[in-house]
Amino acid sequence: MLDPGILFAGVLNGLLAGGVYVLVAVGLTLIYGVLHIINFAHGALLSAALFAAFFAFRLLGLDPYVAAFLLAPAFFIFGYALQRFVIGPASHGDDRNMLLVTLGLAVVIENALLYVFRADTRTIEVPYAYQTIDVGVTFLAVPRLVGFAAVFGVALALWLIMSFTDVGRAIRAVAKEKLGAELAGIDVAHIYAVTFGLGTACIAIAACLLIPTYYVNPTVGEAFVLVAFTIVVLGGMGSVPGALIGGLLIGVVESLSGLFLGESLGQIGIFLIFIAVLLVRPSGLFGARA
Amino acid sequence: MRALAPIFVVVAALAAVPLVVSSNVVLNFLVVALLIALAGQGWNILGGYGGQYSFGHAAFFGTGAYVTAVLQVRYGVNAWPAFAAGIAAGAALGALIGALTFRSGLRGSYFALVTLAFAEVLRIVASVAPITGAGVGTLVKLDLRVEAMQFQGRAIFYWVILALVAASLVIARLIERSRFGVWLVAVRENEDAARALGVDATQVKLAAMVISGAVTAAAGCFYVQYFLFIDAPIAYGAWISVEALLTPIIGGVGTVFGPLLGALVVKSLGEAAKLITGDAPGLDLIVYGVVLVLVIWIMPRGLIGGLAQARNRLRRRAPAAAPSAEAGHG
Repeated sequence: MLDPGILFAGVLNGLLAGGVYVLVAVGLTLIYGVLHIINFAHGALLSAALFAAFFAFRLLGLDPYVAAFLLAPAFFIFGYALQRFVIGPASHGDDRNMLLVTLGLAVVIENALLYVFRADTRTIEVPYAYQTIDVGVTFLAVPRLVGFAAVFGVALALWLIMSFTDVGRAIRAVAKEKLGAELAGIDVAHIYAVTFGLGTACIAIAACLLIPTYYVNPTVGEAFVLVAFTIVVLGGMGSVPGALIGGLLIGVVESLSGLFLGESLGQIGIFLIFIAVLLVRPSGLFGARA
Repeated sequence: MRALAPIFVVVAALAAVPLVVSSNVVLNFLVVALLIALAGQGWNILGGYGGQYSFGHAAFFGTGAYVTAVLQVRYGVNAWPAFAAGIAAGAALGALIGALTFRSGLRGSYFALVTLAFAEVLRIVASVAPITGAGVGTLVKLDLRVEAMQFQGRAIFYWVILALVAASLVIARLIERSRFGVWLVAVRENEDAARALGVDATQVKLAAMVISGAVTAAAGCFYVQYFLFIDAPIAYGAWISVEALLTPIIGGVGTVFGPLLGALVVKSLGEAAKLITGDAPGLDLIVYGVVLVLVIWIMPRGLIGGLAQARNRLRRRAPAAAPSAEAGHG
């Protein structure tokens, strides 16, 4: 039963599937690391981004991989505005309120999508959707390979921003010590919004990588976000390397448990890991503190 | 007794409604609003007084509903003890989740996440497990007898849910006035400081979660008796988690009447939205989401908090004209 070839193929495909999870999780962990709240609107924003990528292809004929370069800045601005002009002012600096506001936004965005586009599931057809590369033991889907490579590109770009730009330094300063950063003349509201924008841009890129092989409907984001929560908790909230490794790990776990237990129970595996990590080691693999 | 007087007044006024209104549509609307008020009061005890914001109160609602339904349908248990068992199951689940989360010190975002995850796990399990009827759901047989806890008229159902809501109001009021309630609020305001003063915060939160779970489960039990059907998306779906937290937050978080007021307002808004634009999917939820954000933005302490603030402002403006007659019970 345990044919090493199948197992290897399962692991490989899991790693590739994990790539997109990583991107969704990086957005989440980035926001948590700086704002110290979980963005419950993340899933709804992913659904919105998938719709944006869908219509960019259908109406404008933009290939999703090209659309990423437009949607990422557009969603950065959207996320920035959302935090700066809605979430920030609405929550009066209270963490609990911030959680509730993101939840409220999630409900609004998700149901606005449902209201406008109905519950229909939509897909696009691109010529490379089913192209594969033979790597000996198994075939790897081209879109997944592209996605995997792009994720590392985004991670590198984020690392460069964080390490070598003034904005990146300001973000790290706010994450470490908000009051101190404010006293040093950093505009905290602006940095919060920039971080939220970066997290939202990650989602837009994830959506563009997903849409060639996936589908879109108003609730599609939910499934990803619950997985992303798990990854973020597993890797340590606020830790970008943690999200990278956690995402790949979860991709493999899902692929293997799907292989052995069947699709519907594959998800339970993820949640059980989630609850177990939260209870046993809430700081995750790489997190410094709970 | 004086502390409970406002509850008697409000409940008596609500109890008189079926004597005046006989429209089934209105009664049905009120039954659903009271059901949500009950679920919201459960959330309020833990979230409002204790400051522990749960995003997964569907776990309790669904467990109460399923226990009530499954005991009747699969084990032939009478509806009344099944109803009680559903409430007990909610309390037990509260103890379990509370013990797991509070003992490992999960707070804030983490607590919200872990409650959400529990609700999701239960939803997935309920949608595949044979005992819950899996994807098909569980149907309770129609049997319009008081012994089966099914009633001929809407009015009686209305009085039953009103009695449950009244009980939840009394529970909230008693908590508010007890030493336990003071500890709970202390934990909400500053957990570390409360601990330093000798409050066993873990134990206090755990107790609040047990009561909270039982109250919200009661709403689930009633749901089954009223609609005679339950499946995984209804029982453990996000809708009830959202409505359970929405009602106290809109009405007034950490107040006795907040969930009731919030439920009536929220449900009215939902109905109004449907009337204006037709019954489109998702529309009422858009309204709920917008109202949630706006209330937090403009009135962080909900309608009751907002009203109290407005009253104080008026009083300050005319201090001589309005001597504070109500200072007796603040």
